[in-house]
Amino acid sequence: MIHDLNILLPEIFLSLSIFTILMLGVFIRKSFNIVFNLTSLILILIIAIILNNSNSTEKIFLDSFIRDPFSNYFKILILISSLFILNSSKNFIKENRLDKFEYPIIILLSILGMFFMVSANDIILFYLGLELQSLSLYILASIDRDNLRSSESGIKYFVLSALSSGLLLYGCSLLYGFTGSTNFDLIADQLSKENVGAVFAMVFILVGLAFKVSAVPFHMWTPDVYEGAPTSITNYFAIVPKVAGLALLIKFMFIPFSNILIEWQTILIFISIASMILGAVAAIVQKNIKRLLAYSSIGHIGYALAGVATGAVSGYESSIIYISIYVVMNIGAFSCLYLLKKDGQYKENISDLSGISKKHPLLAISFLIILFSMAGIPPLAGFFAKFYVFTAVLEQKMYALAIIGLLTTVISAFYYLKIIKTIYFDDSVITFESVKNKTAQVSIFLSCSILLTFFLYPSILSNLVNSLFLS
Amino acid sequence: MIEIGLGHYLSLGAIIFFLGILGIFLNRKNVIVILMSIELILLAVNINLISFSIFSEDIVGQIFTMLILTIAAAEAAIGLAIILIYYRNRGSIRVEDIHGMKG
Repeated sequence: MIHDLNILLPEIFLSLSIFTILMLGVFIRKSFNIVFNLTSLILILIIAIILNNSNSTEKIFLDSFIRDPFSNYFKILILISSLFILNSSKNFIKENRLDKFEYPIIILLSILGMFFMVSANDIILFYLGLELQSLSLYILASIDRDNLRSSESGIKYFVLSALSSGLLLYGCSLLYGFTGSTNFDLIADQLSKENVGAVFAMVFILVGLAFKVSAVPFHMWTPDVYEGAPTSITNYFAIVPKVAGLALLIKFMFIPFSNILIEWQTILIFISIASMILGAVAAIVQKNIKRLLAYSSIGHIGYALAGVATGAVSGYESSIIYISIYVVMNIGAFSCLYLLKKDGQYKENISDLSGISKKHPLLAISFLIILFSMAGIPPLAGFFAKFYVFTAVLEQKMYALAIIGLLTTVISAFYYLKIIKTIYFDDSVITFESVKNKTAQVSIFLSCSILLTFFLYPSILSNLVNSLFLS
Repeated sequence: MIEIGLGHYLSLGAIIFFLGILGIFLNRKNVIVILMSIELILLAVNINLISFSIFSEDIVGQIFTMLILTIAAAEAAIGLAIILIYYRNRGSIRVEDIHGMKG
């Protein structure tokens, strides 16, 4: 029994600490700073707990909860990215009067939901984790409650996300009915026979999951929510829920639906191609940086899904590598936004970047590295991410997917290069204040140095990801 | 007399489910109606789960239903709160008025 609880230790520690800091927040006056610092401490402690715990595969609670290298990898990715996002956005949160103690606590709650999502081995647990995450994200989207745009993005996200949860849940109920079980392993066994109803259920579940990672045709909320929500929240939205969503998608394709590969492969190929094309084309006309990053994230998810659509382990690995590098690039890109401050306001239009290379050479070069990496130009890390995905796709002889992917890479390079042109060759308009935001600068520095030096030892990441699927 | 079987319950669930989805897409007036449609969708899923659970003599479906009821309540609470803050900022909750951001 004690041994069982040890497997669940990160989750137990996280939920107990949420209760504790919630009480601290309620009973101590002006408690934002203390709650915020404790949150960072808790995130670090959980990373330590996970690393310290054994990495072997174990299932507990009637096989509904699984701890394996796969879930541990995603948990650590989620924790590290949240840690960087929270700390680099601290100044932004304070200056925009978002410094309520609920802010870090709700983020912790959504992380708890994601933990259960990535280690679920049962429909019920997976659904509960997904809802805990979604409910927290609804609140986060509308956390700037006196701002019309923030509350509008909250309402849009709520309606569409609740709809997609409903579709997903309908799929879950059909899956339960047609296979007679809620356990992933048992469902996989049942699906080895011909089962038309379960294919129907799979379509519904795939729709729900595609919504959570904002893949086309279920992307319509993404640009609006990204633009309306405060930048610190957008930063969180663009990175952490996508990591968890992709982990869940891979898990669903790898375990319960592994026996109906041909049916879901067709759908995923369509979703992936549509996301790549829309992400590349729609971003060209954008004027707001956050909106542009929204379309670029739709495109990136398209590439990650191309890896999943191969239906082979090498494809899943390439898509995990892709999402990890995506996290690094986006942390850097959003941290740059925290430095664009003028007269107490954070600028978020592309035209504001015009000519910043003259006055802010360091910021300009960081943008350059990050955007080049997003466009997939060698030798930056973004190139390797795309390289692994396309290698895996070509191994499965899916030439159409690879060709369309390469074409959209070229199109999306156009708008990334357009921003670089604005930064380096246009006339200088704005001089930004010199912001004392050490953590954002450290994030940018780390992100850029990882992107620059990744090509020296790309095998570190790929070996790590290879080991996730061995057990 | 017609024997009422699993198929009937599933049809009922499917009808309520599609009514809920239509309610979200055809409604142009009030956001509260969308909230009600979302509840309809979740209730349709509950009908499905309970009938599957009864006919396959497996208790798990009913346990799942209880959990979904709880989540539906939480979702409605958060949804109403978000609608409330939107109303305070905008002075209206007509669906047509929610178009501050486009592109």
